[in-house]
Amino acid sequence: MFRAVLPALIFMVLAGFLLVGLYKDPSLVPSPLIGKPIPEFSLSSVKNPNQVITADDFKTDYALINVWATWCVACKQEHDALVALAQQQVPIFGINYKDDRQLAQQWLNDHGDPYVMSAFDEAGRVAIDFGVYGAPETFLIDKQGIIHHKLIGVMTAEIWQSQFVPKIQQITAAQLYE
Amino acid sequence: MNKLALLLALIIFCQPVHAEIISVAPQYEQRYHSLLEQLRCLVCQNQTLADSGSGLATDLRVQVKQMLEQGSTDQEILDFMSARYGDFVLYMPPVKTHTLFLWIGPFVLLLIGVVAALLLVRQRGQREYSISDSDQQRLQKLLAEQSSENK
Repeated sequence: MFRAVLPALIFMVLAGFLLVGLYKDPSLVPSPLIGKPIPEFSLSSVKNPNQVITADDFKTDYALINVWATWCVACKQEHDALVALAQQQVPIFGINYKDDRQLAQQWLNDHGDPYVMSAFDEAGRVAIDFGVYGAPETFLIDKQGIIHHKLIGVMTAEIWQSQFVPKIQQITAAQLYE
Repeated sequence: MNKLALLLALIIFCQPVHAEIISVAPQYEQRYHSLLEQLRCLVCQNQTLADSGSGLATDLRVQVKQMLEQGSTDQEILDFMSARYGDFVLYMPPVKTHTLFLWIGPFVLLLIGVVAALLLVRQRGQREYSISDSDQQRLQKLLAEQSSENK
């Protein structure tokens, strides 16, 4: 009995692992920064080189931090979704990643500016502290700057509803009890 | 003819993508290269920081170089990377509960193999040397018949 079932059992365990593997994207690496505060930084603003932006400027009740660049094709794809969110009064802060300031300003003029402000990270050094390995990436943070969620890849209305809205409800509920 | 020329031109101008080389002071060189071999590039995941031609890998090589020059230990540099990019960035993952299977899995499989082989060998041994009483009697009978026929 056992002899007959054993190969089928081994096959099913193996097939189970492979099946799960089919639906996992190996390029999505979980961030160790979830639950930790955003790193300190000091950068200039994309629009105004004389304006200094620090981590404290990003700390509102809740906020999105979106890492973008003009050379990033997927950023163009998600741009309309971000503009739509900004119109719904969602505070979005930008980190402009390894870009050219003039191109970045041009992009915001041409496609609309969904950002409360965009920090200009020309060297990509601040992005390293954020654990960024490919634009676009979007972080969800609370008032203390604690990272609650990280999206790697393109933001869409569906992803916003399924991944971000529930987490934002948690954040605002927790802040009521403070 | 034109197409052939174009093809040749394409082959000639075809250059492999190389990892941008960052020069490091000789006293750090050995540690620098050994660290790069231990760190994974997250953009092209099956390459080390040493091999990868991606922009992020270049930035991280510069980061490693700067930290070496600032007197960081190897462990501090590896910790810096895994704090930002997770354990996945380390080619040698640390022993933790969720990496335990990775570490002991191969030995468990080896053990299963050895046990299975031992059982198989023992079973085969028993099969060769044991014979039931009824078979034994039948064998004796057959042998007796044969020897009587040969006479």
